[in-house]
Amino acid sequence: MIRFLLIALAVVLALPSALPLAAQDKLPPAPYAYRQLADPAQEAKAHALMQTLRCLQCQGQSITDSDAPIAGDMRHQVRVRIEAGVEPEAIRAQLIESYGDYVSYAPVVNALTWPLFAIPVLLVLVIGVVLRRRLTTRSA
Amino acid sequence: MIAELGLAALWLAAALAALQLVAGALGLTARGAVLGTIVRPVAVVQGVLTLLSFAALMALFWQTDLSVKLVAANSHSAKPMLYKLAGAWGNHEGSMLLWVTIMGLAGSTVALVERRLPERTMLATLAGQAFVSLGFYAFLLLSSNPFERLNPAAPEGQGLNPLLQDPGLAFHPPTLYIGYVGLSVAFSFAIGALITREVGPAFARTMRPWVLGSWVFLTLGIVAGSYWAYYELGWGGWWFWDPVENASLMPWLAATALLHSVSVLAARNALRTWTMMLAVVAFSMSMVGTFLVRSGILTSVHAFAVDPERGSFILALLLINIGGALALFGLRAGTVTEGERFAMTSREGALVFNNVMLSAILGIVLLGTLYPLLAEAFGAQVSVGPPYFNPMGAVFVVPMLVVMGIGPLLRWRRDSLARVRLSVIVPLVLMLIAGIVLAMQGVAVLPLLGIALAAGLVVAAFLPLRGRKLRQVKLPLWGMVVAHFGVAVSLFGMACDSAYTTEKLVALREGDTVAVGPWQIDLVVIEPVAGPNWTALQATLSARYDGGSAVKLQPQSRSFWTPPQQTSESALETRWNGQLYAVLGERGEDGRWQLRLWWKPFVTMIWYGGILIALGGLLALIGRVLSDLRRGIARDKIAYRKLRQGR
Repeated sequence: MIRFLLIALAVVLALPSALPLAAQDKLPPAPYAYRQLADPAQEAKAHALMQTLRCLQCQGQSITDSDAPIAGDMRHQVRVRIEAGVEPEAIRAQLIESYGDYVSYAPVVNALTWPLFAIPVLLVLVIGVVLRRRLTTRSA
Repeated sequence: MIAELGLAALWLAAALAALQLVAGALGLTARGAVLGTIVRPVAVVQGVLTLLSFAALMALFWQTDLSVKLVAANSHSAKPMLYKLAGAWGNHEGSMLLWVTIMGLAGSTVALVERRLPERTMLATLAGQAFVSLGFYAFLLLSSNPFERLNPAAPEGQGLNPLLQDPGLAFHPPTLYIGYVGLSVAFSFAIGALITREVGPAFARTMRPWVLGSWVFLTLGIVAGSYWAYYELGWGGWWFWDPVENASLMPWLAATALLHSVSVLAARNALRTWTMMLAVVAFSMSMVGTFLVRSGILTSVHAFAVDPERGSFILALLLINIGGALALFGLRAGTVTEGERFAMTSREGALVFNNVMLSAILGIVLLGTLYPLLAEAFGAQVSVGPPYFNPMGAVFVVPMLVVMGIGPLLRWRRDSLARVRLSVIVPLVLMLIAGIVLAMQGVAVLPLLGIALAAGLVVAAFLPLRGRKLRQVKLPLWGMVVAHFGVAVSLFGMACDSAYTTEKLVALREGDTVAVGPWQIDLVVIEPVAGPNWTALQATLSARYDGGSAVKLQPQSRSFWTPPQQTSESALETRWNGQLYAVLGERGEDGRWQLRLWWKPFVTMIWYGGILIALGGLLALIGRVLSDLRRGIARDKIAYRKLRQGR
């Protein structure tokens, strides 16, 4: 009986604190999610950066192409920081820090990604040499 | 009853495919030659049965028969008829049934009309086609039965994703599938020719219409898909390098290379093994695309691992078909010679150069699509997106397009650039002027290259017609000119969109005005409207171009209720020089409405160019088929005359 009461009490106490959590989805989007910066040069800078950031929810799109709340929130963060004069690459670093490597589409050549750049070049060289040997006349 | 009929027809078709494979293979041997005679009729009946099966599925969706699991999961009694029917292929099982149906019909057509090749090659081809089909029959019947019953029947269907309720999208998958499956015919022809070692111009002429046809459908499918993404997703983007898009682009790239090399084989008896290789690669890419889209691997490697049945099945099919084909290729590559040789500077040389560039682009798209999956499998995260694909692609696209402008002017076998020097001066000068003007405007590198190249290519595309009597120019040549012109037009649209688009994200009250590029836009009113299975808020905008007369745009924010989902319906105003694009967002706290507005100069050229490319393919196809028919009739006449003389 006492255990039941305790559980009931816990539930009653937990309810109000759970409500705001449920309501969080309904919050209006951050101001700069759907608004541009007043300065066109700054907006262009922000836009260029946003095009290389990936929406965490819809995966296939950059945050400039997404309706997802998280993308709106990220657009807001980018615009606010650009307005404050932070360099785009610094913002990218901050976002990678909070969301992981996943968030950046920028093709950095590193130990993990070098094959992305090396393989196509190798492919062309190999196919090119093989075809040239097999197909063309010597005198050319 | 209809469902059981459809299933029975499918089983029967599968059995006939097995028969076709066995009879075709035995027909190649000396003792089984008599069995070879049944292969063609069997292929025809198999095609008819698959059609029957697919018709049964359509009938079930037509009636909204909720005792069938697939219908209950994907349809709804309140849905418009077009989307009820489109629901038949708008899901996994139905789309795989569509795949085997198209494959069966393609097999019937080959069996009915193709008389040019040696009968042994035809037997091997049809056996190959049956082998590939059998894999898909097994997949359908063992793990994705579209006719499965639901007991008790569902009271109401679960509807269809409202994003997919769009006429463009209703026809998008069948178009792509016809393209994919057409490549399976090219694949089977290649297998047949490799088995009997009969690779030559006659073989190339037989394969070419199939390659052309599937290429036209793939082109149209991609164009339609891109335009759908553009107006339906509501952000003005038309290509996202999304894996699903890449899945359709990869077979197209391979088919483009194949199309050009098969023409060299037909005209010059050169590039024999390379063409075979491309035919194998092209269909492999179709299967890779199907695997990527259908296996669920795209969302996550882990999601795939949780429910691996379908994915593993397609992966196994992929490995068997491609592995088998490559093994056969390896066995035969030594004994099939490459054919006629040529100098690097020649029509063939230019085509080979472009084939290599296309292969590289294909490599980039394939690598960029699969790399994140591979990385994830090893516990690392890599995001590959536009900042990789665009510049890396450009490295190979730019030289390819330059050669596309010059190649058609070169002679077969051996030529010199000095001879065509004078012809290409005009496009070169145009390119330079465009490049300098754009550089002064401060346009970024890639769009600058795009517009300058497009300016040169628009002229260069027509140079092959120079000095010819236009009325005597054959259809395939017109086809090439139109398709290459289409490439220039499309490139121009892409580059203009990225160089000159103006974007405005604003919050407006009714009566407010905003300027976007040359447009003045008033938000007149916002009101609720209702459709057959949705309600919406609709904004009425009044837009004036450069102070001209007002046009009305009505973007909507729609709420569907089966299943509940919100979509934004963009509104477009098309002018000759671009599109105005409007999207209605949410209402802010201060009561103002969010609007997203874009002015996109010449963006429509992207899709007009794509349609021109497909039209070029169609012209070439018609030209080739007509001359084949004429040749066939002439051959029949000669045979008839001989027969009468013999009497």
